[in-house]
Amino acid sequence: MRGAGTIMAYAVREGVRRRVFVVVLILTAVFLGLYGWGVSAVVDEVRVAGPAGNLVEVDVVAAATLLGLSMFGTLFLGAVLAAFLTLGVVRGDAERGLLQPLVVRPVGRATVILARTAAAGAIAGVYSAAVFLGAVLITGGFTGWWPSSVVEPALSLAGAVVIVAALSVLGSVAMAATANGIAVFMVFGAGLVAGLIGQIGEAISSDTLSTIGRIGSYALPFEGLYQSALSSITADTTGLTEVVVRLGPFGGAHAGGAAMVAWAVAYLALVAGAAVAAFRRVDLS
Amino acid sequence: MARGELVGLLGPNGAGKSTLVKITCGLVRAGGGTVEVMGAPAGSAAARGALGYLAELFRFPGWCSADEVLDLHQRLSGSSGGPEERARLLDLVGLGKEGDRRVETMSKGMQQRLGLAQAMIGEPALLVLDEPTSALDPAGRRTVREMLEAVRERGVAVLLSSHLLSEVEQVCDRVVIVTKGKVVADGSPADLARPGGVEVETGAGRRHFPGLGRDDVPDLVARLVAEGERVFAVRAVRATLEETYLEAVEERGA
Repeated sequence: MRGAGTIMAYAVREGVRRRVFVVVLILTAVFLGLYGWGVSAVVDEVRVAGPAGNLVEVDVVAAATLLGLSMFGTLFLGAVLAAFLTLGVVRGDAERGLLQPLVVRPVGRATVILARTAAAGAIAGVYSAAVFLGAVLITGGFTGWWPSSVVEPALSLAGAVVIVAALSVLGSVAMAATANGIAVFMVFGAGLVAGLIGQIGEAISSDTLSTIGRIGSYALPFEGLYQSALSSITADTTGLTEVVVRLGPFGGAHAGGAAMVAWAVAYLALVAGAAVAAFRRVDLS
Repeated sequence: MARGELVGLLGPNGAGKSTLVKITCGLVRAGGGTVEVMGAPAGSAAARGALGYLAELFRFPGWCSADEVLDLHQRLSGSSGGPEERARLLDLVGLGKEGDRRVETMSKGMQQRLGLAQAMIGEPALLVLDEPTSALDPAGRRTVREMLEAVRERGVAVLLSSHLLSEVEQVCDRVVIVTKGKVVADGSPADLARPGGVEVETGAGRRHFPGLGRDDVPDLVARLVAEGERVFAVRAVRATLEETYLEAVEERGA
């Protein structure tokens, strides 16, 4: 894997020079600013409404739901970043003549594609974790509520976007950048829909819908990791508050646990391995 | 190809020149046969490490400076040449003062010069150049010719795929003409440019004597004078490489 560090540094420097990160940071600041505005408005509403009694902690329900909403946004932003960093890694760059000078060097195709995946995954993963932590601080600062766990959901969200990056790199071997972008976001959307179906299944106690949701989570484990992340922020919530949280749009998530993490790691290895095998067989004319 | 040999690869569009070049560099898999670079199978790490390549259609990242492009390729090829090698190569291709210039602000010709410098990173044993002068002006083409002669003297073998017959004729030790994937002519430019007879300007007009060469001129002139002809000029005609090329290609129905 000689040269992997060089390729990764090249990918990161490309992002810096092309001002990708500047744009991302500005838009993220806008996102977190709007989120903070929304949280403060909800806090005011909850105060005006007053406590709903001892059975349900309304402020906890509101804060957990808002943080869940921010996690949906964070996953989406992280997936967009991961996808756009990798859409044209193989076929797109080959069509533009950028890839050929690199792969004729002794570093080899496996190193090039794995290093590009690792660089994009690291950037998008760190970004997602950082945005999540920002949302946690904003939520906690305005509401005084802190999630049951911070590290676990941050890592789960980071892992989810790393998988999106790997899927996008795999797609880039077979498809041109635009087609790959469409495919990646359709797969991303399919994963979210599967998760939503699972949540509805939990809410209405439908085994069929729950099974569809579970299959979707394993077929596209970025969704499974996202569900785990959502679940972990309210893991310590109990009583009627827990019931109400789980009835909310971001509360019906189920924790995948260690099995989901292990599967996500294996899935990542399989996708990366498939990308390497496919790239080795591609003629770069 | 031997060390220090400069081989020109000629052929019409679709003859398979670029395909052969890409197979040599490991970009395309061969449908049959074997290709070796310095004794290693084409496409293997050892083969890729022994060659420098300039593609016909290539691009370097626009956000990189010329020096950064060369630095990247030094790292990927394992060259320990450092800044000295980069400066020397930029000088060699006439970009000595453009090291900090970003690729996106360079003309196509300047990018092609940079591509040549990139191909020579790490002192490869084989240079594979696919249409390396297509975007260059006459001065740039001359620079490339001089550069190729210099690398040949250092023992570097060069495979030059080109449409420019005059360029190939001027610099190459050997010319290989391919069409439809087959070699139809192979030899030195002098061998391929066959004798085309002798042309004599006489008082009765221009006369052509096919089958004769330069060595036959004294006897021919003596005979014509003896026959009472007035001889004004004599020229030994050689078929140009272009004529040989067209003949070889047309024979195959290309």
